[in-house]
Amino acid sequence: MITTQTSPTGGGGLLSPRSPNSQPPFLSVSVTDPAKMGNGVQAYISYKVVTKTNFPEYQGPEKIVIRRYTDFVWLNDRLFEKYKGIFIPPLPEKNTVEKFRFSAEFIEMRRQSLDTFVNRIASHHELQQSEDLRTFLQADEQTMERARSQDTGIFKKKPSDLMQIFRDVQSKVTDVVLGKEKPVEESNPEYEKLKRYIFELEDHVAEAQKHAYRLVKRHRELGQSLADFGNAIKLLGACEGDALGTAFSELGAKSEMLSYKLQREAHHLLMNFEEPLKDYVRAVQSIKGTIAERANAFRQQCELAESIKLKEIDLNKLRLLRSEKMLDAEHEYEELKADGQEATRRFETIVRLMNEEIVRFQDQKTQDMGRAFHEFAKGQARLANAIADAWRSLLPKLDSLSVS
Amino acid sequence: MMGLENHEAQLYASREEMESLVLDDDDDNNNNGTNPSSRSNGGANGDGSQHHHPLSPSSPFAEISTTDDDDPLLSSSSSSSSRHQNPSSFNSFLEPPSYADAVFRSFDGDRGKQINGHGATSTSSPSTGSDYLKVSVTDPQKEQDLNNSLVPGGNSFVTYLITTWTNLPEFNGTEFSVRRRFKDVVTLSDRLSDSYRGYFIPLRPDKSVVESQVMQKQEFVEQRRMALEKYLRKLAAHPVMRRSEELRAFLQAQGKLPLMKTTDVASRMLDGAVKLPKQLFGESVVSAAVDPDDVAQPAKGGRDLLRIFKELRQSVINDWGGTKPPVVEEDKEFLEKKKKLEDFERESSNVSQQAESLVKAQQDIGETLGQLGLAFVKLTKFESEEAMFNPQKLRAADMKNVATSAVKASRLYRELNAQTVRHLDKLHEYLGVMLTVNNAYADRSNALLTVQTLLSELSNLSIRIEKLEAAASKIFDGDRSRVRKIEELKETMRVTDDAKNRAVREYERIKENNKKELERLDKERHDDFFGMLKGFVVNQAGYAEKMAGVWEAVANETSGYAKSSLMK
Repeated sequence: MITTQTSPTGGGGLLSPRSPNSQPPFLSVSVTDPAKMGNGVQAYISYKVVTKTNFPEYQGPEKIVIRRYTDFVWLNDRLFEKYKGIFIPPLPEKNTVEKFRFSAEFIEMRRQSLDTFVNRIASHHELQQSEDLRTFLQADEQTMERARSQDTGIFKKKPSDLMQIFRDVQSKVTDVVLGKEKPVEESNPEYEKLKRYIFELEDHVAEAQKHAYRLVKRHRELGQSLADFGNAIKLLGACEGDALGTAFSELGAKSEMLSYKLQREAHHLLMNFEEPLKDYVRAVQSIKGTIAERANAFRQQCELAESIKLKEIDLNKLRLLRSEKMLDAEHEYEELKADGQEATRRFETIVRLMNEEIVRFQDQKTQDMGRAFHEFAKGQARLANAIADAWRSLLPKLDSLSVS
Repeated sequence: MMGLENHEAQLYASREEMESLVLDDDDDNNNNGTNPSSRSNGGANGDGSQHHHPLSPSSPFAEISTTDDDDPLLSSSSSSSSRHQNPSSFNSFLEPPSYADAVFRSFDGDRGKQINGHGATSTSSPSTGSDYLKVSVTDPQKEQDLNNSLVPGGNSFVTYLITTWTNLPEFNGTEFSVRRRFKDVVTLSDRLSDSYRGYFIPLRPDKSVVESQVMQKQEFVEQRRMALEKYLRKLAAHPVMRRSEELRAFLQAQGKLPLMKTTDVASRMLDGAVKLPKQLFGESVVSAAVDPDDVAQPAKGGRDLLRIFKELRQSVINDWGGTKPPVVEEDKEFLEKKKKLEDFERESSNVSQQAESLVKAQQDIGETLGQLGLAFVKLTKFESEEAMFNPQKLRAADMKNVATSAVKASRLYRELNAQTVRHLDKLHEYLGVMLTVNNAYADRSNALLTVQTLLSELSNLSIRIEKLEAAASKIFDGDRSRVRKIEELKETMRVTDDAKNRAVREYERIKENNKKELERLDKERHDDFFGMLKGFVVNQAGYAEKMAGVWEAVANETSGYAKSSLMK
């Protein structure tokens, strides 16, 4: 699959120079073939990750590795650490309900989400350059496992940590929104608007997703009652006999057939409409994580600015007193200034990236939702047509039976 | 899409209304159009529609769509108040559906044949050509019962105006009305049961044991009115009942109903109790004989205690005695048909249950679609208000499209359901008809029991006569009292024999009635069920096609997204 830059910010530019003889650079990934590994409590699902690329940094045109969910989580965490300001594509949730962990549907849904996850990373003009991504896509399993277990200390961000950050951000945003000003927050009205937008958006999309999920259930329920109804009518036909009995039997059979179509559509709806909506919710949550990072960076910058100011005052005092501590103090002051610049640089990078990202996000979401709507409508139309055809085809038979 | 910005302000105000309208909508269409007072748009309504030929397409069900053509979200009947709230703002946000329609009318041409439909009366009229007998029940009025009131000024009751239109010769006139109360209907029903044993007589509405306060509530009165109308129409549709003198008297005789009232239980018991000792102690042997005229009637509770005892004893002998009774139900065909009907009853009951589940599932999916649409509407509004980038506006437009369609589909499901309920109701009706069939079979069994009882009596009497004759012949010149006794017994035997003959004739008559009715039922069932199946199928197909149209439009409009893909 060829990756295309459809972002309205224009091609972010690939680092690899384009030589006149070679094809355009591409990086294509797919996540396939889920397989259950191990037994009992230790059991897990492994996936085949197939990479096809002509990027020079990669080993060869094609590589296949085996990965499990926690490997994806590792990748997500690393990217989140390294690329602050960029909206890291969302991961599917860790499933905590034992019962469904190995259901075929759940596995398929997860596979699809993981595939989307990796592909979005591979299509992002900055993320695709990530070294961690290369490790993820190419390293053998031992290396991968080592990398995963090394992920301790400052770099390790458990999902629960992220949640805590979200909550902190949420409370901070609410404080700002409610007017409880805290001096360490940005006072950028456009940014405030964006933050409010993101938080409200999550609620709206979550509600839509909830109803989409219910709709899937309803399809299944309707399918079930069509099956039961068809069966009951067939029994009635059997005891009736004659033309009327045949009519009942035919109707019952049609009803059962349609039940099957409804189950199919329920599945289609789940994968192609409900999942994208869920993905939307996750994406918004991921943005909240970035918002938290930005707030952190801003706070750091402010704190350092404070410290620098204080240090400066200190330094001047020492200068006046001609103290021997002055040299050390000067050193520290210079270091602090460097740190301060670094913090400012980091913060400004995040701001710049976020501005680009939000544009990309909006465009991508329009595409994603557009596709989801299209699939939804297509599926509903297909189902409705199948229902209409099935019933219409019964009419001539009914007519001929009724006069016999 | 471009109209979005202009209507944002109106959107905000109408959002709440939209929610309440859409979400409260669910119960109004399930009335199946049986509420004439709520139809206010176009076409004939309520009583006025009685004049339509039963097969005309303009029965009130067509009205459901015409009130709809302004707005997909406004309910069609009961929320007349909300109909006037900001219709323009709705129109601007959601385009009016293109499905106002004619397409509705093309579904299900059998609509006029419904027994419980409004403008229709007879489902079995094709054979009777242009005869018609239409009845309507209207205008409940409270009246005082000035006689018979133990409580001064108390004891009020409700009367209904029964209007009839007919061209049947036995009626004097083509259009006339009387006022009747529920008690009169009970009387009518009882008299019909007596006169038409063996027929499948429609069951009258239940007496309701409720307190007088409830009796006067509008809802109760309205329910009863509908039930009475349904009942009278069923009678009018029955080829034999409609010609009965009892029905004619009920429909036409002014003033007090000239049918013999069913005596209340207390006085009946009293009568029976008085007769019983005489019969038991044989004061007059002759009076122990069953009155020949009475055999044409089933043993009435109370009045013929002795007869009841005898028939009860006979039935016990039938069931538990060693010997077979002299006359049994021999008609194999009848027994087969009976079994078949029992099977039918059982399976129909099952289908009826599953049909209910199906209707519920259809309702649920419609509701959820509506809620989904609403959620998207909110999201659309949010995105358009907060739009900072162009893609958002585009997305909002797409979403609005989907939202509108989801709401449309939701309404289509609701209408589909209303129709489905109507069709599958036929099944419920036939389950009710099974009860009338069972009554007719009971008539037959009772008549047979009477015959068997009389035959036993005869056989007992002849044994007694034989014994007495044998005894008398031993003594020359005989015992005068014994001779007299023999004479009496012989007289009783003659009377009893006479009664037996009548009972046999009655039994045969009932058997014949059963047979005719079964044939009639089979034919009607055949026609009605084919109509039901076809109607069900046509409806499902029709609504599915409409929904397909709605979604195909959206699929087309969003087809651009299918080509581009950032992911597989």
